[in-house]
Amino acid sequence: MNFETTIGLEVHVELKTATKMFSPSPVTYGAEPNTQANIIDFGFPGTLPTVNKQAYKLGIMTALALHATVEHHTHFDRKNYFYPDNPKAYQITQKEKPLGHDGWVEIEVHGQKKKIGIEELHIEEDAGKNTHGDAGYSLVDFNRQGTPLVEIVSKPDMKSPDEAYAYLENLRHIILFTGASDVKMEEGSMRVDTNISVRPIGSDKLGQKVELKNLNSFRHVKNGLAFEEKRQTEILMAGGEIRPETRRYDEATASTILMRVKEGADDYRYFPEPDLPDYHITSDWIEAIRHEIPEMPQARRQRYIQELGIPEYDAQVLTDTKEMSDFFDQTVDLGADPKQVSNWLMVNVNAYMNEHNLSLDETQLTPQHLATMIGLVKDGTISSKIAKKVFAETISNGTEPKAWVEQKGLIQQSDPAVLTPLINQVLDQNEQSIIDFKNGKDRAFGFLVGQIMKQTHGQANPKVVNQILTAEIQKR
Amino acid sequence: MLDKKLVRHVAQLAKLEFDDATLEKFTSQLDEIIQMENELTKLDTTGVAPTTHIARQETALRPDQPQPTQTREQLLQNVPEQQAGYVKVPSILDNGEDAQ
Amino acid sequence: MNYFDETIASVHQKLANRQLSVAELNQATIQRIQQLNPTLNSFLAVNDQPVPETSVDSEQLLAGIPLAIKDNILTKQLKTTAASKILSNFQSVYESTVTTKLLAAGMHNIGKTNMDEFAMGSSSENSAFGPVKNPWNLQKVPGGSSGGSAAAVAAGEVLAALGTDTGGSVRQPASFNGVFGIKPTYGRVSRWGVIAFCSSMDQVGVLSRHVADSALILQTMAGYDPHDNTSSSQPVPNFSAINADVRGLKIAVPDEFMGDGVAPGVRQQVQHALDLLAAQGAQIDTVQLPHAQYAVQVYYIIASSEASSNLQRYDGIRYGYRSTEVQNLEDVYVHSRSEGFGDEVKRRIMLGTFALSAGYYDAYFNKAAQVRTLINQDFEKVFQNYDLIVGPTAPTTAFDLGSRIDDPVVMYMNDILTIPANLAGLPAASVPVGLADGMPVGVQLIAPAFGEQTIFNTAQVLENETNFLAQRPQIGGQN
Repeated sequence: MNFETTIGLEVHVELKTATKMFSPSPVTYGAEPNTQANIIDFGFPGTLPTVNKQAYKLGIMTALALHATVEHHTHFDRKNYFYPDNPKAYQITQKEKPLGHDGWVEIEVHGQKKKIGIEELHIEEDAGKNTHGDAGYSLVDFNRQGTPLVEIVSKPDMKSPDEAYAYLENLRHIILFTGASDVKMEEGSMRVDTNISVRPIGSDKLGQKVELKNLNSFRHVKNGLAFEEKRQTEILMAGGEIRPETRRYDEATASTILMRVKEGADDYRYFPEPDLPDYHITSDWIEAIRHEIPEMPQARRQRYIQELGIPEYDAQVLTDTKEMSDFFDQTVDLGADPKQVSNWLMVNVNAYMNEHNLSLDETQLTPQHLATMIGLVKDGTISSKIAKKVFAETISNGTEPKAWVEQKGLIQQSDPAVLTPLINQVLDQNEQSIIDFKNGKDRAFGFLVGQIMKQTHGQANPKVVNQILTAEIQKR
Repeated sequence: MLDKKLVRHVAQLAKLEFDDATLEKFTSQLDEIIQMENELTKLDTTGVAPTTHIARQETALRPDQPQPTQTREQLLQNVPEQQAGYVKVPSILDNGEDAQ
Repeated sequence: MNYFDETIASVHQKLANRQLSVAELNQATIQRIQQLNPTLNSFLAVNDQPVPETSVDSEQLLAGIPLAIKDNILTKQLKTTAASKILSNFQSVYESTVTTKLLAAGMHNIGKTNMDEFAMGSSSENSAFGPVKNPWNLQKVPGGSSGGSAAAVAAGEVLAALGTDTGGSVRQPASFNGVFGIKPTYGRVSRWGVIAFCSSMDQVGVLSRHVADSALILQTMAGYDPHDNTSSSQPVPNFSAINADVRGLKIAVPDEFMGDGVAPGVRQQVQHALDLLAAQGAQIDTVQLPHAQYAVQVYYIIASSEASSNLQRYDGIRYGYRSTEVQNLEDVYVHSRSEGFGDEVKRRIMLGTFALSAGYYDAYFNKAAQVRTLINQDFEKVFQNYDLIVGPTAPTTAFDLGSRIDDPVVMYMNDILTIPANLAGLPAASVPVGLADGMPVGVQLIAPAFGEQTIFNTAQVLENETNFLAQRPQIGGQN
């Protein structure tokens, strides 16, 4: 019997706001426990929620970037459950009318393009954090409590762990480019829960789904799903039955481990949040937000390839982060040759970032400086060899290239009126080399060039030197 | 009709527990209340929109500007047990489950 | 200090004229409370700190006036317990918006009043700190849940007190104690710092013997609050500019409010009040509120559902009572809550949890929310043609202590006349008009949304015409 796999993903993404979803306390990562929380975040009696406008806006932006329809008549609901990191014992979320619905993300796996449907996305508040304390105790920090989240629920459209992986990569990429979130799995600003089931091909009913949690990287998602796919298939092949379970991925054994068997559905007793009246999102606001959405990576790649003649692989690398892509665009807008900009970014800048473990905005390089430097090479002011020196100085210290080149006397000598007497002087001192060259020893030409470069402290324009030297030798 | 099994289930959801005598009393009282509530079924409400808010205006959206918080000392002033600036509770024994 | 002969205005006059000092007033009030509290149990905490002597100028109408505050309103001075064991040691680190505004106007937090636990009840017997007694007859309940506030005002312990009203908790005790009590339009007053019971109905109200005193306090504490998204941005009128004139006022008396369920003595007093209003030029007609008979059913589902969620935060983790019988996390929740909440609170949490639970939501919560719409529509229809709805506040006068505590359905039915205004978020007040068998009877005035001024004007006419304030309760009324 052959089986097919069905995968659906629920992705939580922290929205990049200055304050919480329902309270004006600051959103700060990595602060001392319970110093970034207020009485609302602590669920004190008598406190009430207020709605962060920026979170709404970023939620709408995310919905639009994922091609979802934005709901005009929104309200919030309460999801009730007791947990130490859930101070009100309810989470304010959107159950009945999610902010967006029916979107999609396009993926490409093994050359096949496919649209993965987005069932819905909604905004809600994050919980605090429990950590283990002394034996038998947990410690609760409410700094994270109330951080705005958007939860993106896919349709069960993915048929393999590879498709799930591709979906996550593209989803992350799109959100990254909107600027709505940092989408960092390692910092918890992106979290993934998965549902996976397996059924015999041809069956019109989905198999029993299993929930997979505790997935700390995309690789874990892929490996965990692959393990589950195999585990479930083997059980079915052996005539067994899949139980409704929540399992977690265990990195050490690269397997999934049972957390709990689900007995009936959880009863969250959802009902409309009475502390927050409805909110009507106007079409004008949606359109204004639509105009603010930056160009998405796919569109940028196409533009680079078609309009700027950048090779496909390079276009891919340049659009890996919005930062890099924006840097590229800004440098090109300043008049620099796109291919040159691409080369510098892909080779030298990436190497520098890797070597020093820095992100692009942590280096001292600016689009203006890179454009200036490329211009200096292009107009012959400096050699590409000198350019490497200039680059090292500029990216480390933020030095203005042109001024530095002038100050350090690194400007290339291209003036024939200056170079010609100098070259003749070298020729006069190396008669033997002229003879050797004329007898067919090409190396002699190189030696002469070397002598000229030495005389000019490397500042002579090699191209111009070549031309004059050839002409002057012929005269002799 | 409310029975003890259902009342026990609801108590579990509400994180309450009752001894047998109280459970008995509550079951009969709640049953009586539910009987009273069942009078609502007499009304035909087909197509009637539910009223869940009575505020005569929309939610106002708040600008994304941080406001000073209370101090940690104030926030922890009423905490039954604390440690190193954290709220302390007996362990959560759920194998790493994040109850979100 | 004999508050029976005073109003806020008259006391203010004495303070401004230096006939009386703020410290003297404060001291006299504390003495009076300390004298009566062992009998009435109307206060849970008294602020016995001496107040600094300050001079009161003629503009500061509320300066130096002691205010009693229901114990579900958070104050930085004194604990706030909501009369519950689960909050018995709770000290708020912030001040509610209403008290912030009143303190800023110079009022003084003289003490926190007893109540039904978490404002759930109609008799003030559901307090973890013992029942409140009715100053007119110590065998009777003072009504609830703002029973402590009503009794304190009735016995002349204070001129005015804050209450909260979710299903009648200001008006019904006002009626039982022979004082004026108003619940403003939903959204008129901020709920920030008010311990939530039912978020879609809770409102802070005022109780006082004189209508004008409530008007002054309400206009001072009302208004939009950015902390509360359900508070209204409607401008707050100068309620104190009372025009005691009902000529041409169109009054509707719902049939359903004057039926057989209303005690004959109560009906008689209400009719007497209607006659007085008619004699003063009001036009009085009978109308129908056909869905009002379902108000209790709707209310107990919605209020209990919201309460079940609002009271989940009392879990023994961040504040409040934590059981000492704790082996694990589940024990912290279950034992703290089971030991910390009283029976009525538990009943409502159970009812609300049930009404929201899977499989019952549509039949109970959603059904009740739909009938709420029908009740609101009944009111809208009446207010197309009328300025005010008038009827009894409660079907009976104050009942005997202990007589209904074990019969929730009978207890709940006592709220049938006050609940409709909460469901529709309308302003409503109770005005004392007379006695039936020696106990006070209140007439209820319900206005369209934001129509508090009509209530104050009409209530002032009744205060003038009935001369009810000449009557004194058994306790506190002798001096």
